[in-house]
Amino acid sequence: MKRTHLYVLVALLATLGFAVFFYKAVVIGLPLAPEQQTAVWRVEVRLRFKGQGGAVRATVQLPQNTGTFKVVDQSFVSPGYGITTAPQGPNQHAVFSVRDASGEQTLYYRVVVQRSRWFQDTVSREPLPELTPPAFEGAELVAARSITQAAIRQSADPATLAALIVRRLKEARPGDEASLLLGGQPTVARLVRVAIDLMRFAGVPARAVNGLPLEPERRHARFVRWIEYYDKGSWGTLYPAESKPETLRHYLPWWRGSAPFITVSGGEEAERSVTTSRSQEFSLRVALGHQRELERRLVAYSLFGLPLQVQAVFRTVLVVPVGIFLLVILRNVVGVKTFGTFMPVLIALAFRETGLAWGIAFLALIVAVGLAIRFYLERLKLLLVPRLASVVIVVVLALVVLTIVSHQLGLQRGLSIGLFPIVIMTMTIERMSVVWEERGPAEAFQEAVGSLFVGALCYLVMNVVLVEHLVFVFPELLLLVLGATLLVGRYTGYRVTELRRFRVLAR
Amino acid sequence: MKKWFALARALRRNGVLGINWRNAEYTLVHNPRDRYPLVDDKALTKQLAAKAGVAVPELYGMIEIQQQVGKLPQMLKDHWDFVVKPARGSQGDGIVVVTGRSRTLYRTADGNLLDEDEMCFHVSNILSGIHSLGGQSDKALIEYRVNFDPVFEAITYRGVPDVRIIVFLGVPVMAMVRLPTRVSGGKANLHQGAIGTGVNMATGETLTAVWGTEIVAEHPDTGSPVSGVQIPKWEILLEIAARSYELTGLGYQGIDIVLDRNKGPLILELNARPGLAIQIANQSGLNTRLARVEQERHKLKSVADRVAFARERFAHAGPIIGPASTGAKLVVN
Repeated sequence: MKRTHLYVLVALLATLGFAVFFYKAVVIGLPLAPEQQTAVWRVEVRLRFKGQGGAVRATVQLPQNTGTFKVVDQSFVSPGYGITTAPQGPNQHAVFSVRDASGEQTLYYRVVVQRSRWFQDTVSREPLPELTPPAFEGAELVAARSITQAAIRQSADPATLAALIVRRLKEARPGDEASLLLGGQPTVARLVRVAIDLMRFAGVPARAVNGLPLEPERRHARFVRWIEYYDKGSWGTLYPAESKPETLRHYLPWWRGSAPFITVSGGEEAERSVTTSRSQEFSLRVALGHQRELERRLVAYSLFGLPLQVQAVFRTVLVVPVGIFLLVILRNVVGVKTFGTFMPVLIALAFRETGLAWGIAFLALIVAVGLAIRFYLERLKLLLVPRLASVVIVVVLALVVLTIVSHQLGLQRGLSIGLFPIVIMTMTIERMSVVWEERGPAEAFQEAVGSLFVGALCYLVMNVVLVEHLVFVFPELLLLVLGATLLVGRYTGYRVTELRRFRVLAR
Repeated sequence: MKKWFALARALRRNGVLGINWRNAEYTLVHNPRDRYPLVDDKALTKQLAAKAGVAVPELYGMIEIQQQVGKLPQMLKDHWDFVVKPARGSQGDGIVVVTGRSRTLYRTADGNLLDEDEMCFHVSNILSGIHSLGGQSDKALIEYRVNFDPVFEAITYRGVPDVRIIVFLGVPVMAMVRLPTRVSGGKANLHQGAIGTGVNMATGETLTAVWGTEIVAEHPDTGSPVSGVQIPKWEILLEIAARSYELTGLGYQGIDIVLDRNKGPLILELNARPGLAIQIANQSGLNTRLARVEQERHKLKSVADRVAFARERFAHAGPIIGPASTGAKLVVN
């Protein structure tokens, strides 16, 4: 019964830990490795025009519902202009405005997007907006009716209907109904507009999407247009210019409908250019720079919301449980003998300041000095607390001397040892001397070596950059460590050292 | 790795109790936390035993605060030999056995001489908690030095041999005789190098012995065979052990009994976390016996029942592992 209770608790902890971890790793996209990089796309829109000495108002469509892409960062560069962003229909646009502009004006809008590997954006599940059916007249009405009726007859659902209409329009021959609607020399944009009209005429909600092909380096990128149609509660896409639908993955949906990309009032537009480029960024920075409200709040309430100094402290504090878990395994499953319960973890923390080789040499030196002093004080018959205090003072003095000497010798490492926990060393010395007297030097050395070994092992694990990164970015993983520790708490099997101890009984 | 698993399986099959299993299934389950002070503090144990009418070594005096240390020589004046021990010591740490005097000096069991100052310093150390569990401040007990029964004389090197009995729910389940060696400095503690011999629970006869983790047939210092020695008054020892359950309320405990030449069996101390080396000494696993007691605990009401159960069920049945050549080799040590 107790076991079930424990297992349920551990399962709960593990589930909670995993769930939060999964959400942060997959949805927010926090990286699993410290130096992991992510490909991001940068798009820069530059608008140049001549001001005519009056008020200027320029609107630029902003990418919002970007399908499989997500906006990681965006910025506006426009000296002297006021900027407001506002929703407009299904889109979001920015308004650059200024009271008085004359001469050459340049406005920039930069956006960084990242492909979301796991999640579709909410765009495909957007509610159906009000879409007015087109009003065809005269010959156009007849042509539209003929094309749609044929398409409706031959199709099963909105997807096939859309495909049939688009094919019919693409196969238009001069003089037939399709070319009547399209007009001469139709562009893809025109074809999309007509196809959408026809679909709405047939009763299927449809709209145009303006998007940008993402290419590694492109100086004058051009927007392209494709179709979205509404089918059973979600939006489907149809790209008329290409036959393969996969290529859509490389298009960044920017805005919907037939509204213009940029409008300028009060200025004479001279030039606009859209540049795309791809770059590698540290995943952590990308993930932390998220624009979505919920995710931003989550980041603010994580360790990243703390001042940098506090963050640095937590980078150390959070690896302690990992070290302690290792210690638990080594003590209860392997059966290594150590001084005190958590002394090795504290030793490991000290090693983080000094480095391993230097730390071991240093600890050995200080403990040797301390032990010598301790045995000398033994002859003076001091009481326990004053004697411990004397050892602390001697340890501090030894630290000072060692640091000065190592500095004079040009050993930079020597300077970092000031933070070595002095009291820990003193307790080690005291414990060791007691064990030495009571059980002999052999036992004392066995425990000393055990402590040092476990401490070094803890240090090695706690110092793995990946471990430090994981527990800092995903502190919920400590719930898993807690669960595992609880499980070890009910480990009733033999310790590895017991196998040796009792081997004569294994017949 | 595979070898280890095979080893672990063999140990499990033989019912060998590991320390994790002991803690999780016996001490944590059967030993109520609030009873620990009764056995951790030997002064309390002594009071308790005296109240229950169980014989313990006579207490000559107790030093509780540093100011009393000055009175130590006065306290010791009337006693030629005595034992100084911390009330809350663990594993025999901090015990000094004084066997006699040489002018102003105290002669200890391991052959050292201590002067008055050194003795006072030792007591001060005890009071400041250097030997106690968790380092709390402590009391020093000065008590009767057991004049041990000559039965173990041939297989003891100085010091006091004692009989350790593991008692589970009032049933003595396993016993061993702990014999000091030169290495152990006269102390009957296996950690410190004493040897332990298994005991046939039915008859009270010693079996082979363990020294460290090795099986030995002879005492390493005296060379006499350790097996086949009859423990006198075995029946009484079993009774004292069985009664200790009611004394402390601890379901799983170890009881250390000494045999005094004049006063008979005396309880030396009780232990809420007795060691596991007793299994090596008896070449038998504890788990099997403990499980049997747990199965039939409802039938075992009276002390007599429990003693009879122990004698009947835990007679040594298994074959004794041959001492091989280890005995001779270890004598040299």
